[in-house]
Amino acid sequence: MQRHFDEALEQLKQKLLRMSSLVEQSIGSSIKALMDRNAELAYKVIKADDAVNMLEIEIDELCLKLLALHQPTAGDLRFITSTMKINNDLERIGDLAVNIGQRTLDLIKVPPLKLKINIPKMATAAQAMLKDSLNAFVNKDSKLAYEVCKRDDEVDDLNHEIFMELLSCKPEDLTPVERVIDLVLVAKNLERVADHSTNICEDIIYMVDGKVIKHHITD
Amino acid sequence: MVKKKPKIKMENFSVWFDQIHALKAVSIDVFEHEILGAIGPSNSGKTTFLRSLNRFNDLTTDFRCQGKVVLDGWDIYKDIPIGNLRKRVGMVFALPVALPLSIFENVVYGPRRHGVSDKNRLAEIVEQTLKESYLWDEVKDRLHTSGMKLSGGQQQRLCLARTLAVEPDIILYDEPCSGLDPISTAKIEEAMIRFKKKYTQILVTNNTKQAARVSDRTAFFLMGDLIELDETGKIFTFPQDKRTNDYISGRFG
Repeated sequence: MQRHFDEALEQLKQKLLRMSSLVEQSIGSSIKALMDRNAELAYKVIKADDAVNMLEIEIDELCLKLLALHQPTAGDLRFITSTMKINNDLERIGDLAVNIGQRTLDLIKVPPLKLKINIPKMATAAQAMLKDSLNAFVNKDSKLAYEVCKRDDEVDDLNHEIFMELLSCKPEDLTPVERVIDLVLVAKNLERVADHSTNICEDIIYMVDGKVIKHHITD
Repeated sequence: MVKKKPKIKMENFSVWFDQIHALKAVSIDVFEHEILGAIGPSNSGKTTFLRSLNRFNDLTTDFRCQGKVVLDGWDIYKDIPIGNLRKRVGMVFALPVALPLSIFENVVYGPRRHGVSDKNRLAEIVEQTLKESYLWDEVKDRLHTSGMKLSGGQQQRLCLARTLAVEPDIILYDEPCSGLDPISTAKIEEAMIRFKKKYTQILVTNNTKQAARVSDRTAFFLMGDLIELDETGKIFTFPQDKRTNDYISGRFG
């Protein structure tokens, strides 16, 4: 039986997909702005966050309305509660894109660091995790979600690597000190993108399989 | 947490009405002091299951059964006289049936038949059971007016008090709130939750949300089969069977 409620759930799903595509775009652009030292693009990323914030509120309100009016159970209930949490993670990823944009604007003001550090590799890994987490959501693919969770360690390692590299750079590379700090923060932001993607995947696994895997709890 | 001592053991129990196989080899343990919810669409067997527990199906012509229902170690189809069984297993029906008697006499109808005649004792029973059924405050000043003049919700609580008056161990509810307003429904549900200390209760309902609110465990029936039985929290968040998921989400039934 096709329920009126199914239309509302579909509408919710479409809103979350719109949210995820905005956030994916923001992260992509923020990284591009950083690599290309493109201030205009960095400003764009910062400005685009308003739309993400508005959409976050819209999705939250729709979830609450569906919970209150339909009192969903089982699969529907897991879908709505997971959507609420994923929504929250996406909004945070949007904020991280803004942060990378702001660091970019600072970094453009000083000459680039000569030392080669592996931020592009880390950015690619974090972006891929985000993209796959959203694919796992669309396709209700818990296998892919598990796989994304496992990849979080790689990004953590890269973050540590970058931190150590910057820590051990030559005295002439250390000035201005803001440049090194900004790069550490960019890496930290990328590491957080991977963390939020992992959270999204944990919620997908709960939504699809009913299993709680967060905090390394296994049943 | 409910103590996991089985009060009732239904073992491989089947029911036929003429050619219709209404309940198909169902095995369920009902634990002492729990509320077991039974849900399912029409013709799922949930009511047949309920009526097997106090032998109400016996009243239907062409009733046949196979298997065992054991209450406190006694086979209710062999070992217990039906009158004793019905005293121990009370039942509340969908339509409240107040007897054409006063409120007071409605409540003491059972105890009188079981030989209680002491006036003070009867008055005690009336006050206690009406209080337990959340009806006392509404009727205490007119106990000798007709029970049939009460509203539907009040009549249902009167029926509940009448059931409690014979001091059963087990209470069966067959759609107890189907015609009731939300406040009366809430009062019945509140009473059920309080009763857990004293009684083992089985609730058949078409209102799955009601089962979710009050049951400790929920059983889902479909076409005479027990499809799934689990903790209520589990059934309403992650049922194992797709048919359970679809039924409680309103996709069929």
